[in-house]
Amino acid sequence: MAANHPEKLSTTLADANLQLAIYAGTGRLIDHRKNAIAGDLLPDYEDLRTHANLLKKHTIDNLDYYLEQVEQNVAAHGGKVVFCNDGTEVADFILNLAKQRGAKLIVKSKSMTTEELDLNERLEHHDLEAVETDLGEYIIQLAGVKPYHIVAPALHMTRYDVADIFTDKLGIEREVVPEKQTMIARAVLRQKFLAADIGITGANFVVADSGAVVVVENEGNARLTSSAPKIHIAVAGIEKLIPRAQDLSVFLKLLGRSATGQALTSYTSFLSGPRRQGEVDGPEEFYLILVDNGRTKLLADPDRRQSLYCIRCGACLNHCPVYRKIGGHSYPWVYSGPIGAVITPQFHGVGKDPWLPFASSLCGACAEVCPVKIDIPKLLLDLRADVTAHKKEQGESKMERFAFQVFAWVMRHPRVYALGGRVAAAFGPKGGEWLSSAPWFLNVAPVRGWLSQRDLPPPAAKSFRQIWRER
Amino acid sequence: MSPQETSRNAMLSRIRTALGRREGQLPPPLPEIYLRPSRPNLSTFFACIERLNGKTFKAGSPAEALAYVAALVKGKSAVASNSTVLRDCGIAALEEVTCAGADKTVLRALCAESDIGISSADFGLADTGTLVMLSSHQEPRMISLLPPLHIAIIPENRIIGNLDELLTLLPAPVEQTSSMVLITGPSRTGDIEQILVRGVHGPGELHVVVI
Ligand code: SF4
Repeated sequence: MAANHPEKLSTTLADANLQLAIYAGTGRLIDHRKNAIAGDLLPDYEDLRTHANLLKKHTIDNLDYYLEQVEQNVAAHGGKVVFCNDGTEVADFILNLAKQRGAKLIVKSKSMTTEELDLNERLEHHDLEAVETDLGEYIIQLAGVKPYHIVAPALHMTRYDVADIFTDKLGIEREVVPEKQTMIARAVLRQKFLAADIGITGANFVVADSGAVVVVENEGNARLTSSAPKIHIAVAGIEKLIPRAQDLSVFLKLLGRSATGQALTSYTSFLSGPRRQGEVDGPEEFYLILVDNGRTKLLADPDRRQSLYCIRCGACLNHCPVYRKIGGHSYPWVYSGPIGAVITPQFHGVGKDPWLPFASSLCGACAEVCPVKIDIPKLLLDLRADVTAHKKEQGESKMERFAFQVFAWVMRHPRVYALGGRVAAAFGPKGGEWLSSAPWFLNVAPVRGWLSQRDLPPPAAKSFRQIWRER
Repeated sequence: MSPQETSRNAMLSRIRTALGRREGQLPPPLPEIYLRPSRPNLSTFFACIERLNGKTFKAGSPAEALAYVAALVKGKSAVASNSTVLRDCGIAALEEVTCAGADKTVLRALCAESDIGISSADFGLADTGTLVMLSSHQEPRMISLLPPLHIAIIPENRIIGNLDELLTLLPAPVEQTSSMVLITGPSRTGDIEQILVRGVHGPGELHVVVI
């Protein structure tokens, strides 16, 4: 995915329909959020944020303690916690269990953590059928792509795209009405729920004092996934912990509103262990898989730890001018937008996608809307410094350095800059058009690269400096 | 040591090293609990449900609740939970209604075929129009989930203020049940062009009757 980033970026920018879909989709989510946190509806919004931040800080600062606590409490209710270092260990555990129980069909509800681990691909590689059941996830699974947005996975698709995918993959007649498309998916997936051997959910929160997972959703697919099959496996990153059941209120009040503008989503399930003695239905086995997959690397620095407070509400994506232009698939990993730009380099190393911390205008909108008050701009700045340091170590291309030195020199020498402006005015396009490619005298690597995704404003006929002098 | 235990211990020790903590070290005191319980209000409860396209009915007596349900199930098939609230109203005795019983397989088939699922609810949260359902021998999980229409019958004294009040009354739900579900409106999705469609996996229609 990382390799085709620039390509994805330019196709996204060039695709007017896609631009509209992203802009409209995120715009609606912005409005919903705004209406849901309006003053009289949630007067203590700022107190809730402060408290959520305090709770996350406390939990992450003492993570080992709460991990051991949840492990004991899950066991006390008849379940089992499995600690996994990475996707391979998660897949191995599930494959092993499936083999022992003779399981073939797995239903899944939306989980960014399993997306991060490429779990479906790993399971399918071993001939297990793993079906996504959230409508958006189901569509993108059929299409064979990764989620476009952490809350709205198929944000970039229109009903016509969905019609094509359904016709192609389900062999049905073309259907373009969203209501009917939804009912088609319902019918197909209902059969899967009733036949599945294992259900895999994510967890929005893992409650240490209860040994429980909390799953938030609107469709009912997570309820079915966790309740219909004999085995329920919840997969969560180790950072999903919160200390007490009574802390849930703070987080639930913030999550639904920040994500989709809902005071509470349609369903919030609080699940612990398999069904109890006397309960009529529910799973017979319960496993909670807690995954590291790079998270522990973020713990050493007390400041950067806050990257792990994220509750994946998606608000920072919706409000990010860069995400709204370049879309979810231009980012190198499943986590896109500002939070993606913060965690991806920390998980994978800054050398892998060095441009990522720079994919932000540092406008601050993300930090302003983040319900757990992560200081995203600050983290991006720190990571930019890391990238620079890393590049120094690696020795960046001489040409690039030279070009930047020229740029810096020009900026420090006003006369030269002024001359450049007059040259540009003389040679540049006249009709007030924007420059979309570099004129010959600007055709050096960094400028070319910069212009490949942006346009330069047309040079003014008279520069500000000229006007100032003639005044 | 099994490979699983090795992974576990390695992870915990990585975390302790990064955080500068010792094994068994207690955390500092937790931030105080932040709960702001509110007062129950039936009209807010109903208004919230209706805003989400749910239907509401205030029954003056169990007989009125029965009449409301009887009209809805007429000519349809329905499955009812084993709740005493439903039995006391006489809902379990309606011709169209089959009772859940205690067999998981039978119940699931019943729920998968029925047009309507009828349950009670343990609490109603007025501020958000939320039903709180604790799974038990009386209330299976599937009744409020598989049939396309869900009717919930709830005594008025079970309507409380908000989630904060619920967590004050029930600080540890796991001591009572393996599954507590908060239901706020019908099942819905906006995954195709953010067009709201109800009833994607759970019930698309929700009726709440308060006695
Ligand atoms: S960083 Fe904050 S705003 Fe962004 S997804 Fe996470 S919690 Fe939401």
